[in-house]
Amino acid sequence: MKTLSRHAGRGVLASLLLVASTQSFAQDATLARNLAATCANCHGTNGNARGDMKPLAGISADKLMAMLADYRSGAQPATIMHQIAKGYTEPQLQLIAGYFAAQKPAK
Amino acid sequence: MNSPSLSGRSGAAVRTPDLHASDLPAPARRRWLAAGAALGGASLAGCATTAQGPSIGRVVVIGGGFGGATAARYLRMWGGNVDVTLVERNANFISCPISNLVVGGYRQIGDVTRGYDSLKSVGVKVVQGDVIAIDPVGRKVRLAGGTELAYDRLVLSPGIDFMLEQVGGLAGALDSGRVVHSWKAGPQTVALRNQLTAMRDGGVVAITIPRVPYRCPPGPYERACMIASYLKTAKPRSKLLVLDANPEVQSKKALFEKAFASHYKGILEYRPNAEVKEVSGTVAKTDFDDVKADVLNVVPPQRAADIAVRAGVVNVAQRWVGVDWLTMESTAVKGIHVLGDATFSAPAMPKSGHMANQHAKVAAAAIIQQLKGEAVNATPVVMNTCYSFVTQRDVIHVASVHQYDAAEKTFKTVAGSGGVSAAANQIEGRYALSWADNIWADMLAG
Repeated sequence: MKTLSRHAGRGVLASLLLVASTQSFAQDATLARNLAATCANCHGTNGNARGDMKPLAGISADKLMAMLADYRSGAQPATIMHQIAKGYTEPQLQLIAGYFAAQKPAK
Repeated sequence: MNSPSLSGRSGAAVRTPDLHASDLPAPARRRWLAAGAALGGASLAGCATTAQGPSIGRVVVIGGGFGGATAARYLRMWGGNVDVTLVERNANFISCPISNLVVGGYRQIGDVTRGYDSLKSVGVKVVQGDVIAIDPVGRKVRLAGGTELAYDRLVLSPGIDFMLEQVGGLAGALDSGRVVHSWKAGPQTVALRNQLTAMRDGGVVAITIPRVPYRCPPGPYERACMIASYLKTAKPRSKLLVLDANPEVQSKKALFEKAFASHYKGILEYRPNAEVKEVSGTVAKTDFDDVKADVLNVVPPQRAADIAVRAGVVNVAQRWVGVDWLTMESTAVKGIHVLGDATFSAPAMPKSGHMANQHAKVAAAAIIQQLKGEAVNATPVVMNTCYSFVTQRDVIHVASVHQYDAAEKTFKTVAGSGGVSAAANQIEGRYALSWADNIWADMLAG
């Protein structure tokens, strides 16, 4: 799953959105926001997590995609994220990573 | 999961209409699906203008649990200038998740209680009250006391009420307080805890589990673990009988069975296919035997809550609400979006607080788009995470991801994703408590 992290990055994400206009996920500008909101139950609203959960706000998309790739491959042992990360498509994870990268971490 | 009726047994909490529909003049009969008071009353919702400009629409949300509170907050956060009024029966939110720790004595009820003030600070109008009637044609709801709220879109996150008629004697037993359900967090949770602490060592506790589907599939088994944990420590000569109407443990089966065997052997006895048909005092009667308990916790069979019935949206098996999963809009009544446990679940979709929160976000996004006249998101995703305590600190989880399937018009779990814990562990014990802090903040803006 290392290809996941190689394809990460905002430039790739932007071009992905441009070329993917025929795909449903690009038809809705709010899709990244909606997808990222599925993570908020554990990781906090807009990625500002509390307690022992990992904050995601402001982490670069490259880093987030690398982490997700490692969860999916098993390279990074996890209690639960290896199971959850496999439920999203790679374009969906790109959108989620791009959204969290753009969020401001809470002080 | 908690929804408007958090306290007391539902049947008692829902007010009986003073008037029958047939008592009203014909036009009113057509307009109001249920009548609870004389027609009239002041309207609270006008053409509100917010700091962001003119309102793009008025949304009334009924029920301030995991679904409703999340919807109210996200409508404000994503819509900005949506006029949102949340109507909730209770003064505070009390969480069902984590409340089994209160039963076990490891948390206080205040630890699972949160207020609604933060929601007010993000522009949600919070009204404490009971909705007694919904007019889907005139698009307004009426509260006990006569107040009317007009809406462009209604969000109904009603939770569950109990099918007490399915267990003989149960309604009276709950009313008397001798038997508790403790399946809506609040006074019932505290009552069960108090009965356990008052019981003599050597006593018998019984918990009964209804056939699926019911709210929170792993919840009864987690409760069994918490009760057994308390007995093991404080009243080791006591017994816990788990009478399950189902043929086997319904969630995280192997993990719960391992917990039963490794931690609670000699205390906890699990009996499958043991459906309670009748309750007499604290005797639970199945087809096979009568179980005399000192403390009897009956988790009753469940359906969509009474307000959903009265709204006319219960259209599946006279029990659940069918929804369009792209918008969460009722398939029976236009303009009413229904969230959470009350819905007729998609395949393998649990009735959980976490899922209700996810439903709410699908609905919030869709409602804003509908109010703006835009197409709704055609590819929504929801996911579920559920942690269960098997000891005071050891926790197990189940997780799933559900993608919308356009061909079948429902959510389906993604093959190869999701799953359960490898084994009970204390790391997830910490995550479970953090999960609660994060989801409570996510719904209540607190």
